Amino acid sequence: MAPRTSAKICGMGHSMKRKEDPRFLQGKGNYIDDFTLPGMLWLDIVRSPIAYGKIVNIDTTKALEIDGVLAVLTGKDLEAYNLHWMPTLMSDTQMVLPTDTVMYQAQEVAGVIATSRYAAADGVAAVEVEYEPMTPVIDPFQALDDDAPVLRTDKEGQEDNRIWHWEAGDKEATDRIFDEADVVVREKMHVPRIHVASIETCGCLADFNPVEGHLTVYMTTQAPHAIRTVLALVAGHVGLSEEKIRVVSPDIGGGFGGKVPVYPGYVIAIAASVVLGKPVKWIEDRMENLQADSFARDYHMDAEVAADSSGKIRALRIKTLADHGYADAQAAPSKFPAGLFSICTGSYDMENAYAEVDAVYTNKPPGGVAYRCSFRVTEAVHCLERIVDTLAHKVGKDPATLREENFIPKEAFPYHSPLGWEYDSGDYQAAMDKAKEMIGYDDLRREQAEKRARGELMGIGVCSFTEVLGAGPSKDFDILGIKMFDSAEVRVHPTGKAIARFGTKSQGQGHETTYAQIIAEELGLPAAHVQVEEGDTDTAPYGLGTYASRSTPTAGAAGAMAARKIRDKAAKIAAHLLEVSEEDLDWEPGTFSVKGAPDKSVSIQDCAFAAYTNLPEGLEPGMEATNYYDPPNLTFPFGTYICVVDIDRGTGEVSVRRFVAVDDCGNIINPMIVQGQIHGGLTQGLGPALYEEMTYDEDGNNLAGSFMDYLVPTAVETPAWETGHTVTPSPHHPLGAKGVGSRPRWGRRRRSRMRWWTRSRTWG
Amino acid sequence: MARHNVTVTVNGEAHSREVDSRLLLVHLIRDELALTGTHIGCDTTHCGACTVLVDGVPTKSCTVLAVQADGAEIGTVEGLADANGMSALQEGFMQEHGLQCGFCTPGMLMTGTALLAANANPSEAEIREAISGNLCRCTGYVNIVKAVEYAAAKMAGADAAGAEEDN
Amino acid sequence: MIPPQFDYHAPGSLEEALALLGELDDAKVMSGGQSLLPMLKLRLATPANIVDIGRIPGLDSITESGGFLRIGALVTETALEENATVAERYPILLDTAKVIADPLVRNRATICGNVAHGDPANDHPATMLALRAQMVATGPDGERTIGVDDFFHGLFMTSLDPGEILTEIRIPAPGERSGGAYLKLERKVGDYAVAGVAVQLELDKNGKVTQAGIGLTNLGFAPIRASAAEKALTGATLLEQGGLMGAIAKVRGIFSGGMDADEVIAAAAQAAADATDPVADRRGSVRYKRNMARVLTARAIRQALSRAGG
Repeated sequence: MAPRTSAKICGMGHSMKRKEDPRFLQGKGNYIDDFTLPGMLWLDIVRSPIAYGKIVNIDTTKALEIDGVLAVLTGKDLEAYNLHWMPTLMSDTQMVLPTDTVMYQAQEVAGVIATSRYAAADGVAAVEVEYEPMTPVIDPFQALDDDAPVLRTDKEGQEDNRIWHWEAGDKEATDRIFDEADVVVREKMHVPRIHVASIETCGCLADFNPVEGHLTVYMTTQAPHAIRTVLALVAGHVGLSEEKIRVVSPDIGGGFGGKVPVYPGYVIAIAASVVLGKPVKWIEDRMENLQADSFARDYHMDAEVAADSSGKIRALRIKTLADHGYADAQAAPSKFPAGLFSICTGSYDMENAYAEVDAVYTNKPPGGVAYRCSFRVTEAVHCLERIVDTLAHKVGKDPATLREENFIPKEAFPYHSPLGWEYDSGDYQAAMDKAKEMIGYDDLRREQAEKRARGELMGIGVCSFTEVLGAGPSKDFDILGIKMFDSAEVRVHPTGKAIARFGTKSQGQGHETTYAQIIAEELGLPAAHVQVEEGDTDTAPYGLGTYASRSTPTAGAAGAMAARKIRDKAAKIAAHLLEVSEEDLDWEPGTFSVKGAPDKSVSIQDCAFAAYTNLPEGLEPGMEATNYYDPPNLTFPFGTYICVVDIDRGTGEVSVRRFVAVDDCGNIINPMIVQGQIHGGLTQGLGPALYEEMTYDEDGNNLAGSFMDYLVPTAVETPAWETGHTVTPSPHHPLGAKGVGSRPRWGRRRRSRMRWWTRSRTWG
Repeated sequence: MARHNVTVTVNGEAHSREVDSRLLLVHLIRDELALTGTHIGCDTTHCGACTVLVDGVPTKSCTVLAVQADGAEIGTVEGLADANGMSALQEGFMQEHGLQCGFCTPGMLMTGTALLAANANPSEAEIREAISGNLCRCTGYVNIVKAVEYAAAKMAGADAAGAEEDN
Repeated sequence: MIPPQFDYHAPGSLEEALALLGELDDAKVMSGGQSLLPMLKLRLATPANIVDIGRIPGLDSITESGGFLRIGALVTETALEENATVAERYPILLDTAKVIADPLVRNRATICGNVAHGDPANDHPATMLALRAQMVATGPDGERTIGVDDFFHGLFMTSLDPGEILTEIRIPAPGERSGGAYLKLERKVGDYAVAGVAVQLELDKNGKVTQAGIGLTNLGFAPIRASAAEKALTGATLLEQGGLMGAIAKVRGIFSGGMDADEVIAAAAQAAADATDPVADRRGSVRYKRNMARVLTARAIRQALSRAGG
């Protein structure tokens, strides 16, 4: 789609260079560890070396003797203020600091407050904690055993380790199809526990002013407004009511969902600041980040597909066990404990489907975040695409052909999926065709056949996904009861420059640029003249934040709607200035002109000036609008990815030769940024496919707790991604956009097969 | 414990501080000299967010003691731009969208700057190898490679233009 | 991650450094610091004193003299990689340096540090075994030379006395027809080896192996010399020979109850695998690691042969 605006205005469709880049490129970003306040103290955290056990004693004597160590906070200290527990965003509970029991390795046990980073670390090393270890529950399947110890004895009525059961679809009807189907394939798979591993870890600077009773918290959060509300709920009883809390989310060094939850460290820092009346900074190190912060995935899935003998899919059935660790600390919409997993029927038309998920507690860190992913969509896509591949092998069809034969045809949209979604739009064959053409699919299959005949190993992977983004419509979507709208507030100054504030928070997605382009598109002001602000709860309108690729579908739409309100007002002013009626005006981005007399015109800047200087009678001065956008539906982006790998038969090493990704995310605001988001999502898919996994031994020891063993891909392992796109606009989004940023579409199938090969067959 | 007088020249400006034996160079740069463009992303010398130039050599400043740098010339991201604006490599990152969250970017820039100083026309494989000690979680590296190539081309063009002027 | 307290000393001469090591309690020598500093930050090492030899002049040279390549205590991996003599005559050293950590770490990390650290996961020890290197330790009583086979004793344990510094590694200059290679299987760039194999071969003018050196990385609690594998290669003629000579060699092999080149290499590779004592971890099972030792040994032998001018 050619841009509607000029390069000067730089609205939608322009690859505008990012407005945030100059400060990042010159070392002038403001990340959390860059903040310093007068009199600032440091928090460092003592963590549990064991996965499960009683705390017998905490001896702080030696720590308090260290020069610079001022205090050691324990669970008992917080208990005095009733601050030792906090809610998770999924209405579960978790400890801030334990009073008697530790539930996972690296759990926070005590906070050391000192005058420097170095003294705090010495204090942590000097705190002596005596534990009485207990046998942990690590395997989620064993957690369901009748004789498994009940972990959450703190929860009234909790008699086993089950957290919740969720299901979608018609079980009986689905079972009937399975009973009569020609072909049934089944595969058990585990999407492993992984970690976002943003290069910046989490941290905060809590600054409580004891005179005013006011708390400012600078913190690494993707959802500052929601966090402020949670803090008010947790600490309201000690006088921290919501108007006395200001949360500021500065520049964030990568979030990917990992900076949505409230971690105990934040609360300990806040408590320390309140107790000591001084600013307290907490910056976790990488090992704390990997070992204690929220994980993602960890879904054990048992999937089956029923089909006719030609491979036409008839039904899907999935039984899943979700390991949530010590607490359900997801940040999913409250009515969707398994997120949007019910998108698991994907791009394929089928008669029926049934999916169920059981969540359990284990002695591992709490979590379940939507990592580079709309809630649990990655798990759903992985499950479906793998079982569809299995079906293709079973019926002897090319995996691409089998997919094509099962696609929902483009005439069928809006399409009602068996699990209850209304897909707004789609053209799956177009994306498949483009991907096949880009990679030269038929030639590759020929090459593969030749190589296999020679005994060489070469793999081709195909995936055709449909996602569900943009949570979400308020009738269904809320977090802790707060509806999942998002917001924008746009103010045009007299000189025709603007400031726009949003309820979301960029962590590298380039909101300062794309949001400015949205305003530019709608108002015709140059995007360069639109300053975007997010992240300060004192100034930005209330919103639920940035995660699950919801920003463009919600806040982006809010920006467009707010700008349209301003344009409506500008039209009244233009009519006044041109002495015609509103109906006699034409609008080109940036200019109102008189119908039939295009030389009689005023610019949007003229209108802005007049809004403060020369108003028609009865019109309110100023040029400002706010919109809280409640989307009518979600968006359903899709695409086809094809990957070619070569495998060393002797060692099993896999190298990715080529990877083509064709995405359809509707109308694109900034093609350069969208492509960058896709590159990033692909790399974060490559990680768990070949390198990353958070594993534990039977005692609950984390085996991948640093970058030595949590293997984030480098530039050498990462292939040169090839991207393409098709455009199927969203019919209900004001800009026709669907959102992007959630693209970790990589299967492990090749790896598990590769491992099997290397272990059993191909020595030497 | 012993304290040491350390003098370092950072981006051309000399600084003297009395430091503990154990103070890491990255903390000298960030906490004592308030140059917060250099970042910290891990504990185990893997991520490279803390990369600075020590006497021109790209170095992970979290794995060097401040005392070891006594007398050294240090280059940080704050010193890359000059009165004429951003360096060719900084410009390349902006033009090719070689950064997203910006957290790894200063380290990438310092490594890339040293690479281009040693090799004016690196191949894609050489660029990927050179930045293999710098982790990026956002970009997938494709555009970082392009940014280095952009800078190499621009610097070659500038050299050619300069040579023509000299003639 | 913050190091514990310690005192730092930067002697200006070797004599001063040795005197400090004699005087100070619980002192640790630091050269590039790329292994020691991470251990300090993780508080896995807590020495009271650090003696930084990084400022001592004269320890940073690579020279070939007296029948040896001499690598000084402060020679960095990067310096080794950029050295023309090494590239031309000791490609196995270049192979090794290139796969250690990442280029930024290699800018400071030293070869002697890599060896003196005594970590069986480090890459140079295996290569030094293959090359039959000598370690020059300087202590209060002067220099002593330790053969590489007497140097490594176990996890982080070497023959160096607390008062000694590894000041030089001496590598015998290669013969006319010799070649070596180091192959490392790693999970990703910068990782410790799943398995690493160093092979150095000396051939006579007929292509017969007169000496073989094979060292193994991260396959036991110390760097391993694969003696049986070396023995299997020694005396064998492994070069591909076409035509009549090849046929004669093959017949001679059969009559001597011997094996052809592929079989010799396979036997040596199996012997190398048998010499390993790996532990199962995230890098793989015991069986996988043993098999990788075998696969990599065979490949390294072939590469070494090819470099020997076969």
